[in-house]
Amino acid sequence: MAGEIRQDVCSLRGMDYSIKIGGEAGQGIQTVGDTLSRVFARSGYHVFTHQDYESRVRGGHNFYQVRVSDRPVSASRSRIDILVAFDKESVDLHSVELADPGQIMYDSATLGQQHDGPQFLDIPFTALAVEHGGSRIMANTVATGAILGMLGMEMDIFLHIIRETFHKKGEEIIRQNAAAALAGFDVAIKQCVTCSFSATGRTEPKMLVAGVDAVGLGAVASGCKFYAAYPMTPSTGVMNYLAGKEQEYGIVVEQAEDEISAINMAIGASFAGVRSMTASSGGGFALMVEGLSLAGITETPIVIGLAQRPGPATGLPTRTEQGELQFLISAGHGEFPRVIFAPGDPEQAVRLTHKAFDLAEKYQIPAFVVFDQYLGDSQWTYRQLDLNNLVNTDYRLRADALRDVTGYKRYAYTEGGVSPLAVPGDSRHLVVADSDEHDEEGHIIEEAETRNRMVSKRLYQKIPLIRREIGPPLRYGDEVPDMVLIGWGSTYGLMKEAVDLLSGKMAVAMLHFSELWPFPGTETFDYMTLLRNAGKTICIEQNATGQFARLMKAETGFEVSAGIYKFDGRPFTLEELLGEIHAALG
Amino acid sequence: MPLLDEYTGQVPAWCPGCGNFSILKTFKAALVDLGIEPHQLMVVSGIGQAAKFPHYIKCNTFNGLHGRALPVATGLRLANHHLIVAAVTGDGDCYGEGGNHLVHAMRRNVNVKLFVHNNQVYGLTKGQASPTTGEGTVTKNQPFGVFSEQLNPMALAIALDCSFVARGFSGDQDHLKSLIQEAFNHKGFSLVDILQPCISFNKVNTFEWYRERVYHMEADYDPHDRVRAFERALEWGDKIPIGIFYRNSRLIYEERFPMLRESALIRQDLDPGKVSGLLKEFY
Repeated sequence: MAGEIRQDVCSLRGMDYSIKIGGEAGQGIQTVGDTLSRVFARSGYHVFTHQDYESRVRGGHNFYQVRVSDRPVSASRSRIDILVAFDKESVDLHSVELADPGQIMYDSATLGQQHDGPQFLDIPFTALAVEHGGSRIMANTVATGAILGMLGMEMDIFLHIIRETFHKKGEEIIRQNAAAALAGFDVAIKQCVTCSFSATGRTEPKMLVAGVDAVGLGAVASGCKFYAAYPMTPSTGVMNYLAGKEQEYGIVVEQAEDEISAINMAIGASFAGVRSMTASSGGGFALMVEGLSLAGITETPIVIGLAQRPGPATGLPTRTEQGELQFLISAGHGEFPRVIFAPGDPEQAVRLTHKAFDLAEKYQIPAFVVFDQYLGDSQWTYRQLDLNNLVNTDYRLRADALRDVTGYKRYAYTEGGVSPLAVPGDSRHLVVADSDEHDEEGHIIEEAETRNRMVSKRLYQKIPLIRREIGPPLRYGDEVPDMVLIGWGSTYGLMKEAVDLLSGKMAVAMLHFSELWPFPGTETFDYMTLLRNAGKTICIEQNATGQFARLMKAETGFEVSAGIYKFDGRPFTLEELLGEIHAALG
Repeated sequence: MPLLDEYTGQVPAWCPGCGNFSILKTFKAALVDLGIEPHQLMVVSGIGQAAKFPHYIKCNTFNGLHGRALPVATGLRLANHHLIVAAVTGDGDCYGEGGNHLVHAMRRNVNVKLFVHNNQVYGLTKGQASPTTGEGTVTKNQPFGVFSEQLNPMALAIALDCSFVARGFSGDQDHLKSLIQEAFNHKGFSLVDILQPCISFNKVNTFEWYRERVYHMEADYDPHDRVRAFERALEWGDKIPIGIFYRNSRLIYEERFPMLRESALIRQDLDPGKVSGLLKEFY
């Protein structure tokens, strides 16, 4: 078993290094990780990062893992090539993950202990920071320089980043940081006599994009004008991103008093005539559920981001899980249509956030973009993201279009069930919406016949049209596979690499579902035949009950032959997933 | 100038003799005098007898969820600050279910006009205590009498430096009309608490009970003195003052957003030429 995994992983060729930076919250491990990732991306390498942190601002144990390679990477590895230990716990917990050869870089003065062995490299981060930079604050800069030195990389990009970061603070600060960086770099080269790392040649710079930023980027590119939310990890990054774009792109970002208010504000803004969004994690979304139902009956377009984390209740607040799928599909009292998208990487997050805005407005429904802490905090590299194919269509009736309308009714019966969505105040027509069942004008009714027609309009007429918009799952790997790995959302990159590693040994493919609801049909891609013809179908999910496998069974009748479910709040590493697949194969 | 019959809406489903009828009549008359046309006005409401109000006048309407009128009104104003936005709620809707939203709406000072039909009882659910029911009042659900202190909306609003704080009485229509007009003319979040008998469920605070107690604030009362206003807000019992308790000229929330200075958000389309600029920071 173990031998097989080893063989799988060893088949990775070329440059492929994993660097783990561990320490307490507040020690700056995120700064080091972000800076390194940026240097690697600008050097043209492929990067994948993921973060593991506790729900505290200071102390505890956190780590940031960066994988850098000369070929596309989309998952983290268990095996670490360089461990940067900012605390004692990093050595205790992560030494076992070290590859052979691998290096543990630490500052014996900070840790208060000395380690022997060729894998240990004692670099006085703090002393060098004081000596060359003039302040112990620059210990992280020293460490970053040292890592680049160990990898045999050049310093120009890092020095450029220092200049960009501190340009407002003046030349002296830039000079001090550059000196600290170079000191770390030089010491690492001098002392790391056993280092066998070597970086391949640079290529064209790449973009480095995190999942949360991709959702925010997708929203801005879709013409989102209003965003209301209450901060909640791991969804807050979307609000941070959009708040940074408020001025330049004319977006109002409002921090609401609670999530109930957030969704109702977004509904109000949408009713007024702008594209609106809110986002939260499970607990906050639970508070929004009544508002979701309000969007349903009032047919008000709204996009809701859901960044999943382990529950129930507060659960593991800073960790990852795919535990909200079944909740999301049935959330909200009463029956109304919705679409649910679960992107697998930042590129899909941009595209599907845009599609969510489009469908929300086209069909006047709530649309979800579901991700999790893992995807939200992970960074991927791309040569480029193509935003030109994101076309925004305005489905609302505004002043000009309303001038020729007579007898406007907000909920007029139409062939496809989609009624004209007018902007209130743009004409003399009155726009009336109600959370009660209502007539075509929007006024409260009690009669059975109107109720039947309205339910039919919202559900029976719209759903077939919405269903046609939903794309099929993505197949990757063998066209006629013996084994199919099935997953949704953030496991995309992991499954993809697993398929790459296993494909030499068996006919394997993955089916990745990113457009989840309404459940995709088989008109454009008969994935059901592919599943039925495979000997082994394994559903991989980050939850305890196989929520997607159950959904697929309910919608298609197909039962997977095995499930790999992880619910400890940590993402799979590639080796872990391969081990589980081998175990499932027996 | 709009005519009164332009505001004729649906047939009200209130109890015959309800104080809501005189509030509705007064509200329409105030709109006519203000020259506000139906399409210029957005009335947001929640759930309760008062929340049916927008259906009974002709205007743009969002009749949403119990307690949630103010967040919807806030979103509407931030998206289109050229709309005149009012919220009509009851004491249970606004002071109970939506209490948190009220507190923060007053802090923000969004230019929304809030009219609370305060009959000191839950009408739609048939007679339970509301936040403004007097301590000790016995109801079917509070058989030992209400244990909690009665909520004082005037004192709460003044404590939060609410921009416009007034109380009216449904039985004093001329006075109420002037308060409604003052609220619409005021720039800032405006709370008008309207005392109103519930003929079906409130046998204590009857029309006569209010008429014997309410009196107009003195002509020389200065509503700009916050401390004095707070003292007046504490008056309740044998004598209940009605009128404008407090007003200030705080900056409204909508004016704080630099991007709303030129035009309303609904007029600001995304410039497709700026989209590719979003990618720069990722390199």
